[in-house]
Amino acid sequence: MRYIPTTSEERQHMLDFLGVDSVEELFDAVPDRIRTEKPLPLPDALAEAQLMRHMKELSESNVSCEHLVSFLGAGSYDHLIPAVVNHITSRGEFLTAYTPYQAEISQGVLQVIFEFQTLIAELTGMDAANASMYDGATSLAEACLMACNVARRSKVLLPETLHPEWVDVVKLYMENQDISVQMIPWNRETGTMDVAALHEDAAGDAACLVIPYPNFFGVIEDVAKLSRWIHDAGGLLVTAADPVSLGLLEAPGAFGADIVVGEGQPFGNTMNFGGPGFGFFACSGSKLIRRMPGRIVGETVDTEGRRGYVLTLQTREQHIRREKATSNICSNQALNALAGAVHLSVIGPQGLKDVAYQCLQKTAYLKSQLRDIGIQAAFSGPTFREFVVQADANWDEVNKRLLDHGFLGGLPLGERFPELQHCVLLSVTEARTKDEIDRFVHALGGLC
Amino acid sequence: MQTKKPVPLIFELSSPGRRGYRYPELDVPETPMEELLPKEHLRREVPKLPEVSEIEVVRHYTGLSRLNHGVDVGFYPLGSCTMKYNPKVNEDIARLPGFSLLHPYQPEETVQGALKLMYKLQSYLTEIAGLSATTLQPAAGAHGELTGLMLMRAYHRERGEDTQRKEMLVPDSAHGTNPASAMMVNYKVREVPSDARGGVDVEALRGMVGPQTAGIMLTNPNTLGLFDENICEVAKIIHDAGGLLYYDGANANAIMGYVRPGDMGFDIVHFNLHKTFSTPHGGGGPGSGPIAVSQRLQDYLPGPLVSKRDGEYVWEYPTKSIGRVRSFFGNFGVLVRAYAYIRSHGPQGLMDVSDTAVLHANYLMRKLQDDFDLPYDRHCMHEFVLSGKRQKNQGVRTLDIAKRLLDYGVHSPTVYFPLIVEEALMVEPTETETLATLDAFVEAMKQIAIEAAEEPETVRQAPYNTPVRRLDDALAARKPVLRWTPRS
Repeated sequence: MRYIPTTSEERQHMLDFLGVDSVEELFDAVPDRIRTEKPLPLPDALAEAQLMRHMKELSESNVSCEHLVSFLGAGSYDHLIPAVVNHITSRGEFLTAYTPYQAEISQGVLQVIFEFQTLIAELTGMDAANASMYDGATSLAEACLMACNVARRSKVLLPETLHPEWVDVVKLYMENQDISVQMIPWNRETGTMDVAALHEDAAGDAACLVIPYPNFFGVIEDVAKLSRWIHDAGGLLVTAADPVSLGLLEAPGAFGADIVVGEGQPFGNTMNFGGPGFGFFACSGSKLIRRMPGRIVGETVDTEGRRGYVLTLQTREQHIRREKATSNICSNQALNALAGAVHLSVIGPQGLKDVAYQCLQKTAYLKSQLRDIGIQAAFSGPTFREFVVQADANWDEVNKRLLDHGFLGGLPLGERFPELQHCVLLSVTEARTKDEIDRFVHALGGLC
Repeated sequence: MQTKKPVPLIFELSSPGRRGYRYPELDVPETPMEELLPKEHLRREVPKLPEVSEIEVVRHYTGLSRLNHGVDVGFYPLGSCTMKYNPKVNEDIARLPGFSLLHPYQPEETVQGALKLMYKLQSYLTEIAGLSATTLQPAAGAHGELTGLMLMRAYHRERGEDTQRKEMLVPDSAHGTNPASAMMVNYKVREVPSDARGGVDVEALRGMVGPQTAGIMLTNPNTLGLFDENICEVAKIIHDAGGLLYYDGANANAIMGYVRPGDMGFDIVHFNLHKTFSTPHGGGGPGSGPIAVSQRLQDYLPGPLVSKRDGEYVWEYPTKSIGRVRSFFGNFGVLVRAYAYIRSHGPQGLMDVSDTAVLHANYLMRKLQDDFDLPYDRHCMHEFVLSGKRQKNQGVRTLDIAKRLLDYGVHSPTVYFPLIVEEALMVEPTETETLATLDAFVEAMKQIAIEAAEEPETVRQAPYNTPVRRLDDALAARKPVLRWTPRS
């Protein structure tokens, strides 16, 4: 068969050695009455060439962002990815390894993770980071659980300006640990958390406040004020940061974040229909670091005094502590984190600043061009790479027409935010050109 | 080919002003910064990313990759991890722009191919599990476990029994993720002992179940590589007590086409696509942990699922969905590879996979049973567990054996697990290795057994031929250095 190298002579040799007539005999512990009698109802095997033809057909029955010009963001972004990334992540030594349990033959992956941890710590302004989480949403859920454990409280404050899917994920995780979630309303004028609602008592016994940075609407929250407020109430500040924005925006560590999480897809990972990307998780102070979920790599020496790297602080983890572990996470998103590390390494500090600056400027350009044709931004707050516009239009219909022009329009918000019935969330990355933006504005002008 | 040359950290290569990538010039009119961002929001300190050229980046990571063992490099018999060959064509397929460049919020009519793939994969996995519906959302096996247990709670809650059913039964041979996942949904873990044949102790189990039982988490074949002969009895005991059965599919490589978890009596099954269905492990991930469930649980599944209406594939939310366990729809890129794997095998091919995996494991087990202790003398399934008890008496620990194996260019088996076997070595050869590779492993293990008896110090000091010698774990934990810091 396809990937089985064993010849029929070799099979016979092994069966003879085992003293059995057939492999069937080796399955003697499976009770007869539950054995599968019929073949599984699956399609017949395809040879490589047939498989490729079939898969190409499937892939080509999608219209991808190879051909569409995307102004859609909302948690998954069409950024430029340096060519070198895919070449590195395709190397079999990285691709086909697993969690580096045997450190002496896994120094490649271990050092990559150590460098990744450093890059994330630098980006977020925190002391330490772990080896990655499944995605931004689960990373945030784990951060909230960790905050509850550390603060010994069982309430989490979530703003309605957080990505709605992240809200769903956090709520589900909290509900299953009997932790309450209090939603913080937002201000229709600014598009940010309603700071007026944050009177002294509101924090009450909250373990943490989550700040999306920038928030789901692309707007930058008043982080300094929020940070003081939650800390005064004895809670932790959890920041869900967009990593690209950190090329321009103040590092969460600098305004007092205790835990910083986020979705790393924009660095090194194509959108992949929503996954895999990678979640990142960073925190400060040894009390928190020793309660972090997930894999952590530390520096050490070998018996000859050479520098090397190992998985460390493993007494937090499920394979050692079982039900007393800080999390159940085992597999993470190591290869996607590698992609992120290669991307950040090759663009460097100047490239990081460039990409953030271009996102900011191009977003501002689209915003102003739309304003000129009467499509207004919905909120007054400063934005980074995304913004909400409102127009008296049926955005589902508009998006359909935009597709005919080769554009992937923004995300209509009415379904999740009834007060934003005529609003759409648009995103502009550095990958968009002036020409594309101009043509998009022109197309929209004819439709709204 | 491994090298002993140490690789400096990428940060140590940094030279001010050097760049490895350029973005196109900004082509839109610039708006003054102060009009866009209030000054207090601007970053004050530049993050210390490395400043390196593209060739340095390429050499750096190529150098690091050469310090690493993978399935592409050599034998990787890491028990319960199913380190089989990862087909190259599936890598090409996953990178097709029609898959990799899709935005998750694209309108359904623009992603019919992706939805069809997911719909078919849902149905294939449902069939292989012998159950009634599948979600592809969980990002890894442990995430599937967590999702499955959330479904259990939702099920008991609807029956008004959630507050009473608080105990999750977990065998003493279970993967660490099982009790850890139970903790994530506030279940109290009760450990079920194993019997003399390595299965669940049925009599003990009978005495442990009751109105407090939420369910049991089992791996079958279990982590000893043994199929639990009493599985039907176990299922009856749990179901009679009102509990549900969770199947940890880490060991599903043993059973495809032979027996379906649904027919064993399980209500929830997770598959590790990165194990059974050959998607690359990536140095620790990404994985993917879809779960299949029985009819009585399918309405609670996280959404959305893909369904088919009037010939079109559409997103649909189950009526009593628990919500969602991650953003978007799952690790789609991993799903593409797993789908391709199933299509390249077909029903007979998948059966051949399990068949050969079991044959290879039994062959290795019998070849090694004279040199190491074999705690359970019965046919194994796709993996088996040896004990290094004898070698321990000679002054050589299982950890030493594992390190010595590295000198032979082989990744060590899983060690010290399952916990119920002293000095355990858990070996999973998989179906994709040649007989010559299996025989070479046997020779290496025999040689190490001889060394342990005759010159134990040689084994205790191993490894010798690896890029670094044995590393000091204790130092790393005592004085954690978790990041590079610039010299001031």
